[in-house]
Amino acid sequence: MADMRPEQEFFEFLEAGRFMIQRCRDSGHHIFYPRVAEPMSGSSNLEWVEASGEGVVYSVTHISQKPPTPSYNVALIDLAEGPRMMSRVDGIAAEEVKIGMRVKARVVRENDKAVVVFEPA
Amino acid sequence: MKDSFPRGQVAVVGAATYGMGEAPGFQNVELAASASVRALAQAGLQPKDVDGLFIVTMDDTLVGLTFAEYLGIQPRFTDNCRTGGSSFQIQATIAALALAAGQCDVVLIAYGSNQRTTSGKLVQSGRASPWEAPYRPMNPITSYALAAARHMHQYGTTKEQLGEVAIAARQWAQKNPDAFMREELTMEGYLSARTISSPLGVRDCCLVTDGAAAVVMVRADHARDLVKKPVYLLGAAAETTHREIANMPDLTLTGTARAAKRAFAQAGVKPGDIDVVELYDAFTINTILFLEDMGFCPKGEGGRFVSGGRIAPGGELPVNTNGGGLSCVHPGMYGLFTIVEATRQLQGICGERQVPDAKLAVAQGNGGVLSSEAVLVLGTEETL
Repeated sequence: MADMRPEQEFFEFLEAGRFMIQRCRDSGHHIFYPRVAEPMSGSSNLEWVEASGEGVVYSVTHISQKPPTPSYNVALIDLAEGPRMMSRVDGIAAEEVKIGMRVKARVVRENDKAVVVFEPA
Repeated sequence: MKDSFPRGQVAVVGAATYGMGEAPGFQNVELAASASVRALAQAGLQPKDVDGLFIVTMDDTLVGLTFAEYLGIQPRFTDNCRTGGSSFQIQATIAALALAAGQCDVVLIAYGSNQRTTSGKLVQSGRASPWEAPYRPMNPITSYALAAARHMHQYGTTKEQLGEVAIAARQWAQKNPDAFMREELTMEGYLSARTISSPLGVRDCCLVTDGAAAVVMVRADHARDLVKKPVYLLGAAAETTHREIANMPDLTLTGTARAAKRAFAQAGVKPGDIDVVELYDAFTINTILFLEDMGFCPKGEGGRFVSGGRIAPGGELPVNTNGGGLSCVHPGMYGLFTIVEATRQLQGICGERQVPDAKLAVAQGNGGVLSSEAVLVLGTEETL
């Protein structure tokens, strides 16, 4: 059976270092998180495409930890293709991550798993 | 789109709480049953009279069956809705439709939780998400913090304005002997509280307590035979917008906007008619968002609206008169407590915190991370 296994395939791509999202061939809309059918229309005429990795911080919060462990950020990123995802902005202090900041995706390895994070563009 | 509701055809005839704050040694269903028999007794009813059973607990997905067995009843209608803290508003809506249709005659809605004395923290009710887990959000706080940060960015809402919400809730709690946190909260004390997930700190977050609540509903004709002051359900509507915060279309606009518009239209009232508002303040930002979305002030004005004591005792719009989830009680899910407090205000039995001559009340519920929103409009006999 050739039907997509969206979650499994997403993480297989990610393990290979590729950040892939879905695109609906009917509407042209991009989809994240990956699904078996396009939200709303239910179309299963979907394909995997490489995400541009370009995004903008929609919102961000800094989570405090017991010193000396530094706080970390959790951000919502609006992808250039349209969908929004939860992620983190690396490469600057947590408190320096601001709403509206342009960021670029990077696949990193953490706890032996591939993860999409962002850096200032 | 037709959006009809049996306005005024069903009424609350009993509303009780039990084990508020700390209730060591009790199980969840024991707490829920304790509140239930008290609510039923207010209308001269017993468990055997109940044929429509609605309950939620955090730990038992089949609790409708458990609770029927526990009460020794075999209800015609059983439900254990799981939309989070809004479950009870949704259950009251379904119950009203079922009562009006004759599917059942006496409805009991119940909740009980011992989360404070057993775990000391909020019990998680959802699955670990592969789209969130790698980023270690401290949910639910982080999701609400993201909404608060966006509201601040978009509308200039300030930390002090969030503080106004916390302080108003505390001032109401000081008038409620059942409230868990009653010591004075100053702006200085609020601002110096430890930050957890910015911009939210300890004093922006609801309590972790034990507690139970129960509400009894019957058809209006029956209600007048049972109690002196039935509280009528005039409108009820719910909306689902998402599950995880990344999929909420606009973090500054909740499903409460559409739910309130529908519920107010069903009831034939407008925000300016409402005497008292009970809303689900899991976090301080909720109060600001929901007051905007229900139409008490324009979108983006919520922070300024709550300032200067407007929602505190003596202010022009009484909000969360029991002290809310922030200062009264928050045993994992708070939705049913807003219905109990709205009912009590309309019954006129709230003592020091009574809103004079309250005739119309809102009891709003929130589930998930601003995901499931529901609004009930309740009124006295005069509002029919």
